[in-house]
Amino acid sequence: MNAYSSLAVAEPIRPVEPVVPEAAVAAPMVRFEALSKTYPAYRDKAAVEALKEIDFAIARGSITGVIGRSGAGKSSLVRLINGLEKPSTGRVIVDGREISALSGQPLRLAQRSIGMIFQHFNLLSSRTAADNIALPLEVAGWTKADIRTRVAELLELVDIADKHDRYPSELSGGQKQRIGIARALATRPDVLLSDEATSALDPQTTRAILDLLANINRELGVTIILITHEMSVVRQLAKEVVVIDDGRVVERGHVADIFTHPKHPTTQTFLAEALGDAVPVSLASRLVQQPTSIGQAVIRVQVRGTDAGDTLVARLARELSIDVALLSARIDEIGGQHVGSLILGIPGGEASARQTLTYLSQQQFAAERLGYVA
Amino acid sequence: MSPELINLIIQATGESLFMVSTAALVATALGLPLGIFLATSRKGELFAAPAVNAALGVVVNAARSTPFIILVVAIIPFTRLVAGTSIGSGAAIVPLTVAATPFIARLVEAAIREVDAGLIETASSFGATPLQIVFKVLIPEALPGLVLALTLAVVSLLGYSAMVGAVGGGGLGDLGIRYGYQRFMPEMMLAVVVVLIALVQTVQTIGDHLARRLNRRLRQR
Repeated sequence: MNAYSSLAVAEPIRPVEPVVPEAAVAAPMVRFEALSKTYPAYRDKAAVEALKEIDFAIARGSITGVIGRSGAGKSSLVRLINGLEKPSTGRVIVDGREISALSGQPLRLAQRSIGMIFQHFNLLSSRTAADNIALPLEVAGWTKADIRTRVAELLELVDIADKHDRYPSELSGGQKQRIGIARALATRPDVLLSDEATSALDPQTTRAILDLLANINRELGVTIILITHEMSVVRQLAKEVVVIDDGRVVERGHVADIFTHPKHPTTQTFLAEALGDAVPVSLASRLVQQPTSIGQAVIRVQVRGTDAGDTLVARLARELSIDVALLSARIDEIGGQHVGSLILGIPGGEASARQTLTYLSQQQFAAERLGYVA
Repeated sequence: MSPELINLIIQATGESLFMVSTAALVATALGLPLGIFLATSRKGELFAAPAVNAALGVVVNAARSTPFIILVVAIIPFTRLVAGTSIGSGAAIVPLTVAATPFIARLVEAAIREVDAGLIETASSFGATPLQIVFKVLIPEALPGLVLALTLAVVSLLGYSAMVGAVGGGGLGDLGIRYGYQRFMPEMMLAVVVVLIALVQTVQTIGDHLARRLNRRLRQR
């Protein structure tokens, strides 16, 4: 008889809460304090303010997505966490230590508890899979025997034990990233930084790698910070999201909240891309701004909520007696909320279109007229 | 060809090989660290020292732009200081080394710069020291390129070693000039050229083979 069954007899059944130590709530894993980063002017390049007024914390054991366009400052942000770069002003505190104040050997020691994986894997082509994983351990001065044991464990963890003696050139992108992950975890770090780690991989491999990262977070309790420009990566893996635009944090919070109620225009654009709010190319090319006599008005309806949109098309048809055409639709479920959009074609001229928009706003749907198609 | 002449060729070949191998060894010992430093000491790099980098660059360029035959004559006082004499194969090693060191340094610099900067960042990210990065990342990753660079340097040294014959340095070049040219023995000239070609071929073949073997692990099996 195990502990769980005895518990179940004694008490009413309740869901098993994940074990989170008290301290975790109190002390964040990473904290940015009034941080800014400016790259000074160099030769013909002007000075660049990469990050401004960064002030937030990342909880211990969390998976946080940092999303932004290229050049938004995401890469600078991760490199500040592991001390590869120094802030111009402010501080970066990792696990209670002010990493931005460290240099030399103390910094190198601190860096062993922060792993990092890269878009292009950055494996040594002259070393086998096992020897690549061994590199940070060699650097840290582990004995040969300890390294061998640890490398075997890590290969097992990332599920490529059979690739032990293979060189990177003999491996697929997904396998290379698995080695990258094993190498990043070799010195048992508390934080894993991922810099666009899936951007060079196909969707299926991306999914597998993200699943692996989720497992690592769950089983080892490693705090994961994901830098990405793809909302789909954030959606699949992260619990928290930080949106960066032009060097500033413009929005942050739980993934479900941000996805259902994005406030900042940048976030909305990202969501539109990720959720298929964007108008399909074939439709966009046929759109005109002037009403056509025989055509349809094209209306996009945002779907955000628990039961939103499920019966919308049927209700429109029934209550307004319109033959609604469904031109494009995509609805995902994120954190129990339906998020997506429908693009509808409304026949019957201007009156019918206006009637539809009025009905939609009565029903609390955000809708807009995109144009007309013949 | 008489046995005496054949003996002369064998002896001269030995002298050439001695000069070249010694000069190559010393020049590599000096040029390898110099080249690695040149490749890693610009602004923002591993051993950032832009001023020293620029100064060394000027010295290296100056040495490389001096024609070898002029270099040999110009540094005779230095050669005497090091070798005790300015004549003979032993003394010829000095100008050969002086000429080959900056050459090797530039080749090494180019090979090291070929290594993806992302690998340096990666090693830094897990706390590797600059020296660990050099020995565990830069040199192993650049190894096939370094082998080809050294092969090229040895081949060039064979050419230079034939030139020091003109100033009493001994070796195959000396033999070719004195017997082939000054004594009008075209067969001797031909023999010297054939031996030099054979030596260059051998060195290049070995270098290529080694580089390919190192490289095969990197690409396809």
